[in-house]
Amino acid sequence: MTRAWPWLCAASVALSLLMLGLLLTVLLTRGFGHFWPSALELATLDSGDMVGGEVVREAALPHREGQERLYFTANRDIDGARWRWVTIDSITSRQTPPGLLRLQRSPWGDFIGYLSAYEDGKQRLEGEAAWQALATALAAPANARPQATLILETVDGQVIHQTLADVHRAQRPNAMHLGEKLRDWAHGVWQFLSEGPRAANTGGGVWPAIFGTVLMVMVMSVVVMPFGVLAAIYLNEIAHQGRLTRLVRIGVRNLAGVPSIVYGVFGLGVFVYGIGSSMDQWFFEDTLPSPTFGTGGLLWASLTLALLTLPVVIVATEEGLTRIPDSQREGAVALGATRLETLTRIVLPMAMPAMLTALILAVARAAGEVAPLMLVGVAKLAPQMPLDGDFPYLHLERKFMHLGYHVFDTAFHGDDVQAAIPLVYATALLLVTIVLVLNLTAIFLRHYLRRQRGQPC
Amino acid sequence: MLTPATNTEGASTPDQNGCLKIDNFSLAYAGKPALRALTLEIPRHCVTAFIGPSGCGKSTLLRAINRLHDLNDETSHKGRILMEGMDIHSPDIDVSELRRRIGIVFQAPNPFPMSIYENVAFGLRLQGSLPRRRRDDLIEWALTSAALWEEVKDRLHQSAWQLSGGQQQRLVIARTLAVQPDILLLDEPASALDPVSTLKIEELICNLKSQLTLVLVTHNMQQAARVSDFTAFLSHGELIEYGPTDQLFTNPRLRHTENYITGRIN
Repeated sequence: MTRAWPWLCAASVALSLLMLGLLLTVLLTRGFGHFWPSALELATLDSGDMVGGEVVREAALPHREGQERLYFTANRDIDGARWRWVTIDSITSRQTPPGLLRLQRSPWGDFIGYLSAYEDGKQRLEGEAAWQALATALAAPANARPQATLILETVDGQVIHQTLADVHRAQRPNAMHLGEKLRDWAHGVWQFLSEGPRAANTGGGVWPAIFGTVLMVMVMSVVVMPFGVLAAIYLNEIAHQGRLTRLVRIGVRNLAGVPSIVYGVFGLGVFVYGIGSSMDQWFFEDTLPSPTFGTGGLLWASLTLALLTLPVVIVATEEGLTRIPDSQREGAVALGATRLETLTRIVLPMAMPAMLTALILAVARAAGEVAPLMLVGVAKLAPQMPLDGDFPYLHLERKFMHLGYHVFDTAFHGDDVQAAIPLVYATALLLVTIVLVLNLTAIFLRHYLRRQRGQPC
Repeated sequence: MLTPATNTEGASTPDQNGCLKIDNFSLAYAGKPALRALTLEIPRHCVTAFIGPSGCGKSTLLRAINRLHDLNDETSHKGRILMEGMDIHSPDIDVSELRRRIGIVFQAPNPFPMSIYENVAFGLRLQGSLPRRRRDDLIEWALTSAALWEEVKDRLHQSAWQLSGGQQQRLVIARTLAVQPDILLLDEPASALDPVSTLKIEELICNLKSQLTLVLVTHNMQQAARVSDFTAFLSHGELIEYGPTDQLFTNPRLRHTENYITGRIN
């Protein structure tokens, strides 16, 4: 028994690490794998049907022998479905024709089939020339593309006309070699990071959500840090250490455990309906009844999360203040420093690493919080960014997009959830990365501050 | 009133030269008396040692002279402490200025987490801006007075926390000297240090005597005998005996004092 317990502890550590590794692996492979241009297959069935698309997975047939295979066939505008299950036994032949094309379009989602011709009013190109013309046209920025129509043909011979303006990307994955696939993958990832969402969040990129998340966390930090630090200073340095201070401290610690949705309700009731509505009546009367601040927005979301993270900041800062030995304070006072001078010149610089720890904890908590945001300002699709070139540049009243909410929305509220699942993984991975980057920045800053003072790191 | 006897040759009369006068001073901590009606005078340009068993109130007295008890709102005091005839508790006194004139150095070295230079400059910066040259000169002077200049002059901008314990304590003394105090209070300044560092601190104390008045609290009887001119023996918050050091150590008037300095009681 005595021999076993260190192993038990080690095993639980190993299990935790394993879980973490598994989580990251799943997010990485599923998320980034989505952007890899996978081969398109053309299957001929024994019924004579042709199925063209990407193989998603195989599964055992229910109640029968054999397997069936799920194809992503796209072309929702033609046959109304994007997915097709095919029994493996019914497939007579499988090919990967190099000419098979995949288009990303704005209405109707992807198209899989062949490009028969490219028409731009002046000329009609066919075959390889059409593909060259399409590739050249798409390489130009969206507003500089020619007016053109694509004549497309599905694998079973139906012809459709597609305006070029609705096409975002085109690829012929079967004709690509590895270098091209890598470049295409990088391009896909970049589009995901830098573009706005399309097709009700089931396609396109997440740039507004990244921007909204980071901006919201920053506004929150700007609000919560001064309040939290001042409160901690009051509790630790100024207040008489009696029963009341102890009570306040217990209260603060317990606030950290309040479920986040409760803060959301508070934010909705006090900030949005209370302060926001009054602000609208006083300052934005001309736009009523459409609310300006009387509805959820960046400001109210940031304030709600500031409230949510306030206990974390207070507790972490106060722990840092407690660790500063009294001899340091007495040393400063003995040299003639006033209470304020001691605070600003000795105590606060020494507590800086603790304050950064507080910031790290607050950011980590706030960036991942979704529930309260749904009540106070997050939007499925924000038409305008909360920061732009129009005066006053930072629009605190605007609704914003958030990666956490984007994950939730993409996973459950799209018109084709199946197609959006890889985006869910990619977005989740991005959220983890952003929190990690924000944390690492603060950690390096803390490390730097400590080393600068010769403190042990 | 208990004053050092003046029959020793060479020792000046405290009554005429006393720069610090403690007059019937009592101090209570959370209602518990820590100092009971102490009266003594501390002579100028001398080293006065406070000795006594642990908890006798010698450190408390030292901190009271610096008004450090202001930081604790549970202490209350009666009586007066006069510095150059001014009651240090009077409302006219600027506490910051008082603390600048009465420096204090604690048992454990407490350098600030800054460079050596900034540590010494800390007190100077509090008094407003000085021309850079003047500040540099004062810092060199303070570090030289604290016998540290030669050891640190090439690394003034390194962290003070990298110095050894003895160097740190001398740095703290230099920091205190830099604001040019009239009185320097030393609360067991060498008890956390090794013998060599202790020796350096003791030499330093003897050298500083010409510049200012020193008060030394110590547990170490030999140290008190070696460096001090006058010694006060405190017990249970009361002043038992006060006189020139050689007289108190060789020929104490009271049995209690004799028992303590010979180690028969603790």
